[in-house]
Amino acid sequence: MVEYPEKSVRISGAGQSAVGRPSTRSALQLTLDACQAAITDAGLTPADIDGLTTYPGPVGEGGFSPVGATETMLALGLTPTWVGASTEGHAHMGAIISAIQAIASGLCRHVLVFRTVAEASARARTKNASPTGRATRGNAWTAPFNALSPAHIYALYAQAYFTKYNATPTQLGAIAVNSRAMAALNPNAIYRAPITIDDYLASRIITSPLRLYDCDTHIDGSTAILLSHRDAARDLPRPPIEIESMGMALGGIGFGLHKGDFTTLPADAAGRMLWSRTDLTPNDLDIAQIYDGFSILTLLWMESLGICKRGEAASFVEGCTRIGLGAKMPLNTSGGQLSAGRFHGYGHIFEACEQLWNRAGARQVPNAKTCVVATGGFGYGALLLRK
Amino acid sequence: MTRQLPALDPDTEFFWKAGAQGRLQICRCQSCTRYIHPPLPRCPACGGGTAPSQVSGKARIASYTINEQPWQRGLAVPYVFAAVELVEQPELYVLTNIIACPAQTLRIGLDVEVTFEQQEEFYLPLFRPANG
Repeated sequence: MVEYPEKSVRISGAGQSAVGRPSTRSALQLTLDACQAAITDAGLTPADIDGLTTYPGPVGEGGFSPVGATETMLALGLTPTWVGASTEGHAHMGAIISAIQAIASGLCRHVLVFRTVAEASARARTKNASPTGRATRGNAWTAPFNALSPAHIYALYAQAYFTKYNATPTQLGAIAVNSRAMAALNPNAIYRAPITIDDYLASRIITSPLRLYDCDTHIDGSTAILLSHRDAARDLPRPPIEIESMGMALGGIGFGLHKGDFTTLPADAAGRMLWSRTDLTPNDLDIAQIYDGFSILTLLWMESLGICKRGEAASFVEGCTRIGLGAKMPLNTSGGQLSAGRFHGYGHIFEACEQLWNRAGARQVPNAKTCVVATGGFGYGALLLRK
Repeated sequence: MTRQLPALDPDTEFFWKAGAQGRLQICRCQSCTRYIHPPLPRCPACGGGTAPSQVSGKARIASYTINEQPWQRGLAVPYVFAAVELVEQPELYVLTNIIACPAQTLRIGLDVEVTFEQQEEFYLPLFRPANG
């Protein structure tokens, strides 16, 4: 029988830079802050690190991904046997999954995975600038119709979901209200003042039905996660986090190839894969960290993961009574990307580690032993973590 | 309206230019007759070759959003971005704008038909409520 590769891999350390909007530190310095924190957190030194990867690697001229594996390797003085990065595949989680495979196949023992964004700085430079040149690839099917943000694509999903299931703005708004309540307890969150559902309903429409508070917030920052082979993690000072299972999926949304009726994501396949590789079930979850680049993505992912039945996520989150601290399913306990800032998937992984290592401070979920992390809106990946 | 125009390549150029003859053309498999949009040079269902094929231009709104954010200078708001499902095939979606449609009429399921907006050599397929 094949042993699933994730069963032999542990999370041994996690680090995050200070958040900025914008930051006074360079993107590379933020990256080094996060990486050094993760290495130290694991009780290791840079000399121990023999694998390095990032999502997505240096692409474009803006702040979306300003730092690649190579300059990080050079600055940290690493000599890794394995390096990877890709804009393709399962998006944020793709780098984690690649690292798991590299470790399980014996290419390396300790892989540093980081994600750096400097979008707050970039947007300060280019605010309201018109795009230049022709729209290419997936953008060729959206930009000519002035779908100038991913918000427009996810607004289609939100509108279809609202219509099919009679969901309401008050229900969707619970995601944003919950995020602020959590961020108020997170010293490294960018927006920490609580909002009420009335604040949400009074906020301006960006593209209906999505409002300002349904959209994540650009920041400068970096997160690093250290993955280690279970044998190499055994001697570390702190028990590592187990990767109970993983799931991934990819669909055509980013290229205009939509399937279904705009109420489900290709993430459904990631959810099925995740639960097929474990004896645990959604009822065993203590916490959920679910991607919230836009609030509607969280609802759709909750259904893809089996946390809620189809069409029931909106009523599940309404009023925050089931997703707050002390509730059935504490959700996005860092404040997520809506309020802690757009660490782009890796903030969710980092927060899962903080919770499972029992160091989340005022937002700690008591006795948390299992946490699901799900990221992505074009490519999809999920991890089931346990201690 | 201010629009960023698409880069053209041999697989997609027909879609943006067929409107010069007032027609909507969609990529279609020459083997299994399935329509594919956005266009691909190979049918993902059967592997057949593809070619542009004229369609009716009739569709229904699958979902929509009313944009109110002024993303850039010169962009007139509000405007409607939508996915329309062409009548020729289930889940044959075209991303587009809905025009000439009062907000109180706009809804998922509304029957619409194609119209074209010329910009340079491009004829962008937009959709408006169907007559009758």
